[in-house]
Amino acid sequence: MRVPSQAELQERKRVQIGIETTSNAQSTDFPGHWPGENHEWNLDYIKENLNVKFHTSTPFDSEFSLIGIDTSVANAFRRILLAEIPTLAIETVFIYQNTSVMQDEVLAHRLGLIPLQASRRGLNWMKWYQKPTEEDEGSGAPSDYNCAILRLNVKCEWQEGGLQRAARGETDPDKLYVNHSIYARDLQWQAIGKQAEMFADGPIQAVNPDILIMKLRPGQEIELLMHAMKGIGQDHAKFSPVATASYRLLPTIDIMKPIIGADAKKFARCFPKGVIRLDSVTSEEASELDCKENEVKAVVANPMRDTVSRECLRHAEFKDKVKLGRVRDHFIFRIESTGQWESEDLFLESVKLLKVKCQRMRRGLDAMMN
Amino acid sequence: MAPRGTKAGAPASANEPDRIKGNPIRDKDEFSALLEPFYYGKGLSDPINTASDKWNLLPAFLKVKGLVKQHIDSYNHFVDVELKKILKANKVVRSDVDPSFRFEYTDIRVGMPNRSEEDDIANHVSNVTPNECRLRDMTYAAPVTVDIVYTRGSQRIRRNGVKIARMPVMLKSNKCRLVGRSDREMAVVEECPLDPGGYFIVRGQEKVILVQEQLNKNRVIVESAKGIMQASVTSSTHERRTKTYVIQKKGLMYLRHNTLSEEVPIVIVLKALGVHSDKEILLMCAGDDSAYQDTFSVNFEVCNRERVHTQQQALEYVGHRVRITTKKTGPARMRKYHLEAIECLSNVVLPHVPVEKVNFRPKALYVASMARKVLMALHDPTLVDDRDYVGNKRLELAGQMLSLLFEDHFKRFNHEFKMSIDKVLKKQNRATEFDAYSHFTTNRNQITLGLERALSTGNWTLKRFKMDRAGVTHVLSRLSFIAALGMMTRISSQFEKTRKVSGPRALQPSQFGMLCTSDTPEGEACGLVKNLALMTHITTEEDEGPIRKIINGLGAQDIVGYSGEEIHSEGVYTVCLNGTPCAITPQPKAFLNSFRKLRRTGTVSAFTSIHINHDFHEVHIATDEGRICRPLIIVENGRSMVTSRYLEAMRRGNMDFDGFLSRGLVEYLDTNEENDCNIATYENEINKFTTHLEIEPFTILGAVAGLIPYPHHNQSPRNTYQCAMGKQAIGAIAYNQFTRIDTLLYLMVYPQKPMVKSRTIELIKYDKLPAGQNATVAVMSYSGYDIEDALIISKASCDRGFGRCQVFKKTSLPLKNYANGASDIINASAVDSGNPKHHALGSDGLAQVGARLHQADVYVTKAMPAETAPGTQIRYVDKPQSYKLPDHSYVDKVSLVENESTGATTVKFLLRQTRRPELGDKFSSRHGQKGVVGLIVAQEDMPFNDQGITPDIIMNPHGFPSRMTVGKMMELLSGKAGVVSGNLQYGTAFGGSKVVDMAQLLLEKGFSYSGKDYLTSGITGEALQFYVFFGPIYYQKLKHMVQDKMHSRSRGPRAILTRQPTEGRAREGGLRLGEMERDCLIAYGASQLLLERLMLSSDAHRVDVCGTCGQMGSMGWCTICESEKGVRSITMPYAAKLLLQELGSMNVKVVVGLEDEFAKGRR
Repeated sequence: MRVPSQAELQERKRVQIGIETTSNAQSTDFPGHWPGENHEWNLDYIKENLNVKFHTSTPFDSEFSLIGIDTSVANAFRRILLAEIPTLAIETVFIYQNTSVMQDEVLAHRLGLIPLQASRRGLNWMKWYQKPTEEDEGSGAPSDYNCAILRLNVKCEWQEGGLQRAARGETDPDKLYVNHSIYARDLQWQAIGKQAEMFADGPIQAVNPDILIMKLRPGQEIELLMHAMKGIGQDHAKFSPVATASYRLLPTIDIMKPIIGADAKKFARCFPKGVIRLDSVTSEEASELDCKENEVKAVVANPMRDTVSRECLRHAEFKDKVKLGRVRDHFIFRIESTGQWESEDLFLESVKLLKVKCQRMRRGLDAMMN
Repeated sequence: MAPRGTKAGAPASANEPDRIKGNPIRDKDEFSALLEPFYYGKGLSDPINTASDKWNLLPAFLKVKGLVKQHIDSYNHFVDVELKKILKANKVVRSDVDPSFRFEYTDIRVGMPNRSEEDDIANHVSNVTPNECRLRDMTYAAPVTVDIVYTRGSQRIRRNGVKIARMPVMLKSNKCRLVGRSDREMAVVEECPLDPGGYFIVRGQEKVILVQEQLNKNRVIVESAKGIMQASVTSSTHERRTKTYVIQKKGLMYLRHNTLSEEVPIVIVLKALGVHSDKEILLMCAGDDSAYQDTFSVNFEVCNRERVHTQQQALEYVGHRVRITTKKTGPARMRKYHLEAIECLSNVVLPHVPVEKVNFRPKALYVASMARKVLMALHDPTLVDDRDYVGNKRLELAGQMLSLLFEDHFKRFNHEFKMSIDKVLKKQNRATEFDAYSHFTTNRNQITLGLERALSTGNWTLKRFKMDRAGVTHVLSRLSFIAALGMMTRISSQFEKTRKVSGPRALQPSQFGMLCTSDTPEGEACGLVKNLALMTHITTEEDEGPIRKIINGLGAQDIVGYSGEEIHSEGVYTVCLNGTPCAITPQPKAFLNSFRKLRRTGTVSAFTSIHINHDFHEVHIATDEGRICRPLIIVENGRSMVTSRYLEAMRRGNMDFDGFLSRGLVEYLDTNEENDCNIATYENEINKFTTHLEIEPFTILGAVAGLIPYPHHNQSPRNTYQCAMGKQAIGAIAYNQFTRIDTLLYLMVYPQKPMVKSRTIELIKYDKLPAGQNATVAVMSYSGYDIEDALIISKASCDRGFGRCQVFKKTSLPLKNYANGASDIINASAVDSGNPKHHALGSDGLAQVGARLHQADVYVTKAMPAETAPGTQIRYVDKPQSYKLPDHSYVDKVSLVENESTGATTVKFLLRQTRRPELGDKFSSRHGQKGVVGLIVAQEDMPFNDQGITPDIIMNPHGFPSRMTVGKMMELLSGKAGVVSGNLQYGTAFGGSKVVDMAQLLLEKGFSYSGKDYLTSGITGEALQFYVFFGPIYYQKLKHMVQDKMHSRSRGPRAILTRQPTEGRAREGGLRLGEMERDCLIAYGASQLLLERLMLSSDAHRVDVCGTCGQMGSMGWCTICESEKGVRSITMPYAAKLLLQELGSMNVKVVVGLEDEFAKGRR
């Protein structure tokens, strides 16, 4: 059995960043397998190597490193995050009155894109809404377990004395009209059936109350009833629980030959702040490096902060002195939640969903075998 | 520079810290915002650099001139000046019968626009608005009133303010209600403050009189046609429009004119014009140059041959050759030839050269100068004039077109008025005193209708000038703001489109700065339809009188007193005023300089042009109308006159463009004068010869081409393509777009202003009415669905509103009135709530606003009278109108309007569709790179960069190498730099943000300097092997959408006559298998398929044919043979059967021969 050298193992883990191309990014037909080596499935090996490290974690934004898994798995998490975690969004709008300048369809579209939030328990309790089918038109009736009702009734009017102020040349709408702007906070949830109980600890409401939906002027009126339903991002982007979820690979910067003096300063400027540190050369190094003592030397401090602009590859003086790369199995995930889920819960949810999918696959395979 | 807030209360943006806080909020004018921050984010306190800040003259120019000012100026000139001139020329109406009768016009005025029913209300101020006219299908017109004085019996009667016509009013002209209104007031009358105006509203339609390009009038053009050298002049006066030639044929020189039956030798003409001595003729034409004299002297032989020696003889000679135009009635009388000749020479030949009493000297000099030009061109062929030279062109604008039309109608009106008076006056011994006024008022609608008809049909028919032009007016295209604007600056040429000529279509170097170099259509009208550049003015006519005085005052001598020898002596230049020689000067340069000085001080109008033609030794002064000119900065003693001091004054608002003009810092040059000047493009290029400095080089482009970022880096046809496509882009069309009811209106739901804008975009305010969105573009290949310019777009982007547009369609339903007093009605009682087709209807029988209409849904329950003949009983028959289109629409507006003239009601429905992008919809960037959507991809499948950004559009890189649209790449780079640094970048032509600066900005924000990003595939999750050019590009959605074009049919309607399937999508037609497709099938030998396609699937028809006589029978019986023996039933195309019968009806007998293919004996 062949045992790969440490350097070879290192090499396998690297995506090389060239001036015009990247290489070693693609996996083989058997990811994680090399000829003549034993890569048998080993849970302990996975346990040992898999590592999750959180860098930031706020309800709306979290960043963490996922180390030691294959690209396909990480990408599966990303795809699930974007498209398959269910959320609640306004799906149907019943317009009873709309005398504003905004067309019904545009208004409905805008309402649909407003992120909603509610109690976790209630959301988990809610079920999918099934659209009525052609054969059975009575099916799929919206009910308390699959549909939340929201209302929006706003009428814009003159403030007391507003007309007079307008005649005098006042143009500030705040001083002239009542209800001249409709915000997401004006959406009123109306609990039906068991909803009041299930959503007791968190009513259905807009995540960001200050989203401007539309503007009105005196005499204009809006009267709407909305049905919010559970859906997934695959169906429409409004159901996506994330603003975006993606990952990048951990950048690596290998300084092959020492970069010293003015070059070092220039080298540091090729990267964002904090990526390259400038150390002064110690006396014992000085002789070795053929330079004066106390001259500066470029040292990689924090490659995590690098944006991989590849600027250092452009300059002739760094030719053959630096090698850029990225670690294949170190995924720096960034998840921005739209508010219905906590951003870190979202990742766990994606893991859960992948598990469910795998189980379904397994069942399918079993069924095929039998 | 940060996007400029337009709201007064908006907080100052962080990127504009230099905006002065104490700046008093000026009255918010569209241009004041533009003038506030200076070039490249300069604030009020920043130092001014003339080299880079002189461009600020441009907004100042547009503030006083505006983009469509040429139309408006021309119209104003017409209503204020030209109308009065027309009246003066046709002042008196006399009667042939009663010489004592006299009718005289003393004044004419155009009032303010009103409704026609308000015409007769005295002292009434109308509140009609242009938008009301659009909605009610009215004409936006103002009454034209005249003051008259006429005789009644022995009295002189004066009447003031008599209405004779209604004149359509050009929007934003000085007769329009909108002139001088602030933005707020414009909102009150439901008009868009950004609307350029310059068009008419006739019967509810917006009509533009396109600028017409013509060869200049009253100027000599020397050209060589088929080896014959000729000088020609198109003379144009109010009375006449004729063409006169001086030609050199077989070594001899002649004068040719339509009214002369043959060409008259030039010497005889000059003799007839009173030049007695042969020597004087020789000197006038040839000067003292012996070479010219040799060529010319042969012409004198004719005098001997024809025995013409005196003026009298010459006149007789000419008189014999005058064509008699009107047959004289009465007894045949002797023609007085010499009188006819005098009449012809003074009034018909070269009518623009005035002959006062019998002083033919100016005309003789003119003819001689034409002859001299021919002579000179014979000796030096380079002196031949170029017809396509812009200086030889004149532009005819709305005012001139209307003036022609009005004069024609006015003359006809007066003529008819005179006829009707004559009819009465002819009767002797009238009982009552005759009052001409009653006749005057009878047909006052005639002029109104004539004007209205001409404007709405575009047919300009003028009998006087034998003019019959079609397509003069066009409906203003409101597809997008740019389309409307582009239409107002369009110039159409008189050349035939079908002719394959390259000369008039080619780009002329003299177009520089005057006509846009990019904006011309492709195809047949290429190069014939042009557009004005950004900073141009078209002159209106100005009086020659004062100029004549100034010419004399500047020391030039009146030419009439000089002999040919003196005129053509060495160093003497002829001064020509509008092409006519009027003085001579020995010091042309000094004359020119002092004339220019006078113009710069304002003594002479700024639009007077002067230039020297050294070839012909002439100084030309022009005051005529239709010359294109543009402002330039004056350079004196090697220094630009516009200094930072003046620019600062302008910035403070102490000085406007007219101030620059009157101080002699800036002046207008027309094409001819521009060609005689030495113009520096940039300040550092000024040398001792420089006379002028360009204000800004990007003004060589027009308004439409100005939208393109970095056009100077694109291959030129790409800019031309974008000019055509920018007009099809869906966006916002006007601030009043939702109050309009147009036949077809495309609007974008979320239009954005471009990330990379240009100075032109700001100046024409495209950033306020944009047509497009900033899409994040990845230039890479993705799947196979992106070949041939197809685009890949992200589904999530579409979900979030990218490319979403609305289509508004108008359905009009006029409720007609009939002869028996009945009219169409809306029968509300026919609404059946149980009928699912009636679900959209309200209780009044009209579809309700907001209702959804599917195919076959009823939108109005109209009922029509069953009988309409006069005197019949009124009974109604229900004729419900139903929605026809396959895709559903929503009712956006229902409007009931009453027609101004007929009083009939029209019901207008505005139906709305909201569309999201779908496969096959057409998109385009601003670089002539169009493409259709090839695939819509889910967000998770899209590639993403390190920040997780996915592109909205993926564009195939193969679009770049052959198109060479480097500007697009630069737009992406600048746009990306703008995004990362939070501001907008400029892509102004011959300027704009520099690529190095953009790359530096990208680098500072951690991106690659090249704009190429490391992307990860969304499908595999692995890094792409290549870096991808990734950033925002402004994309336009074009009006061509699949939903409007998609069509298929299996079975369907057929044409009645031929029984073949109908044609076209609108008629649910079939798809034609044409000749070429047929050829393929024949070549392949697929005979049965051919038979099926051409006959069985089309118009197969069974016919009984008699094999004996070859004629068609019926029901198995041949009527000719009176037998059923030979009758066989065969199948043939119905069209073939029809042909046989039609030939038969023309007495052509067609015999069908029948043969048994499977006959016994044949095998």
